[in-house]
Amino acid sequence: MSLLRIENLTIRTGGQALVKDMSLVIEPGARVGLIGESGSGKSLTALAAIGLLPPGLKPEGSILLDGVQVIGAPEEKLKALRGRTAAFVFQEPLTALDPLMKIGRQVAEPIARRHRRDGRSAGRQEIVAEVRHYLERVALPDIDRIMNAYPFQISGGQRQRVAIAMALACRPKLLIADEPTTALDVTTQAEILELLSTLVREEGMALLFISHDLPVVAKVAEEVTVLRRGQVVEQGPVRSVFGSPQHEYTKMLVDAAAAFDRALGAQQ
Amino acid sequence: MTDLVDLQAPAPARRTPRSLTLSVGLVLVGLHLFVALLTLFWTPYDPTAMTGGRLEPPSWAHWAGTDRLGRDLFTQIMIGSRIALTVGAGAVAIAAAIGVTLGVLAAFATRTLDDVLAATFDILIAFPTLLLAMLVVAATDTASLFSAILALGIAISAIVARLTRILAKRVLAMDYITAARTAGSSWPSIVFRHVLPNIWPTLSVNFALQFGIAIIAEASLSYLGLGAPPPNASWGRLLQEAQGTVYTAPFGAVAPGIALVSLVIGMNLLADGLRDVGDPTRRRSR
Repeated sequence: MSLLRIENLTIRTGGQALVKDMSLVIEPGARVGLIGESGSGKSLTALAAIGLLPPGLKPEGSILLDGVQVIGAPEEKLKALRGRTAAFVFQEPLTALDPLMKIGRQVAEPIARRHRRDGRSAGRQEIVAEVRHYLERVALPDIDRIMNAYPFQISGGQRQRVAIAMALACRPKLLIADEPTTALDVTTQAEILELLSTLVREEGMALLFISHDLPVVAKVAEEVTVLRRGQVVEQGPVRSVFGSPQHEYTKMLVDAAAAFDRALGAQQ
Repeated sequence: MTDLVDLQAPAPARRTPRSLTLSVGLVLVGLHLFVALLTLFWTPYDPTAMTGGRLEPPSWAHWAGTDRLGRDLFTQIMIGSRIALTVGAGAVAIAAAIGVTLGVLAAFATRTLDDVLAATFDILIAFPTLLLAMLVVAATDTASLFSAILALGIAISAIVARLTRILAKRVLAMDYITAARTAGSSWPSIVFRHVLPNIWPTLSVNFALQFGIAIIAEASLSYLGLGAPPPNASWGRLLQEAQGTVYTAPFGAVAPGIALVSLVIGMNLLADGLRDVGDPTRRRSR
């Protein structure tokens, strides 16, 4: 059974379709890239997958997440899926963390929730130990200080690591990363990508990686879906889609990336 | 690690006036609080006993003089502190309970319910606090300390509700709320863990301001004879009693006025100081 199976998804607001007839399949453990310019419907697709579209947006079609039909499902059923089946990492780690809550408590929250869902009560000691475990997992230094720090007291890269630790702490089957490196500088970007790839492989999670940046997607994903104005223009393994692009838009993306590489090469 | 923290701490020069604000506020409010607690055990004179001549000026025996019945004014002003603080705390507690609940409800509500609630808050706020409180007092039939507290609490709750609604809506639009929802947080958990802590710094400042407003409003109610009835020596009633003799014995009006102003200014300074303490991003960190 596929972990996520989106079929003929259309998302409308008013009379306008923001996503049209989109299909996407993610098998357990697969790493899938979703690429497209801003406003192409990438993030909406991801939010629709866990039933969190903003009010006023109506999804049509079929979204099966871990075998459960998401479209039209009651809130209670969706809440059980969120975190446990799919967890998110967002673009801007500063705003994705509660500014007035210490890091330790923020990471403890998904852990405590997971224990509650599993019907067992975990002691404070046990949860703190797990918080440390996940902060170590994302290779954060000086964990004692970071657990007691507020988000504004640590760096952007560290914040994104915390956000990833929070997503990991849910132990999801699918990690959805929505432009997780866009707000970071280039060096940090590379580190976070490396970390994500390693974690996904080691924890056996599937990854849906959303980005507008072709080289970044090529680095982490095995398969890729190219979206343009809410429609899928090309879909397949990274090697074939980027190696011999069929659609005009994909060609343009690949050419742009290649031109950038050449310009960089010429300079050196 | 210390480097990082030092960089983010505000410059010391900017800190001093702020903490001065907080200190002066704390001293003024603390003084009134001390006097208020003291009156529970001890007052210089019996507030209802005639212990001197009528309308005496301030003296060693009567620090604020005596009223037209020869009762000690300083004793009555001290008791007035207790009444003012009781009214302020009671009114703010009622306003917080009603206002925060309705405000959060409106922020979470469907479009229609939200519109109805928001319009109701706006209409209530359009009435002056005092007028609204007078209506509530009139509706409760007998004027008592409790009816004054209830009236002011209800009148102020609309202001708190509107502020809470706006603040909560702003927090609900933040990424970390979406992040919490994607991880499976329930609405009650979002309200108590994220929304309330994040609106608290702003709300608490407003509570301190409303505390001051409640005290003035209670004095006004008492001045109009709608506040706490006679055995309770409200500053408003002292002012009203001194009005007839303001030319012959001005200190009878000046003394409760000073008490009232000092407490309200103290509350306002405290509100300003609290703004910095409540928000860790503005606080000087370890």
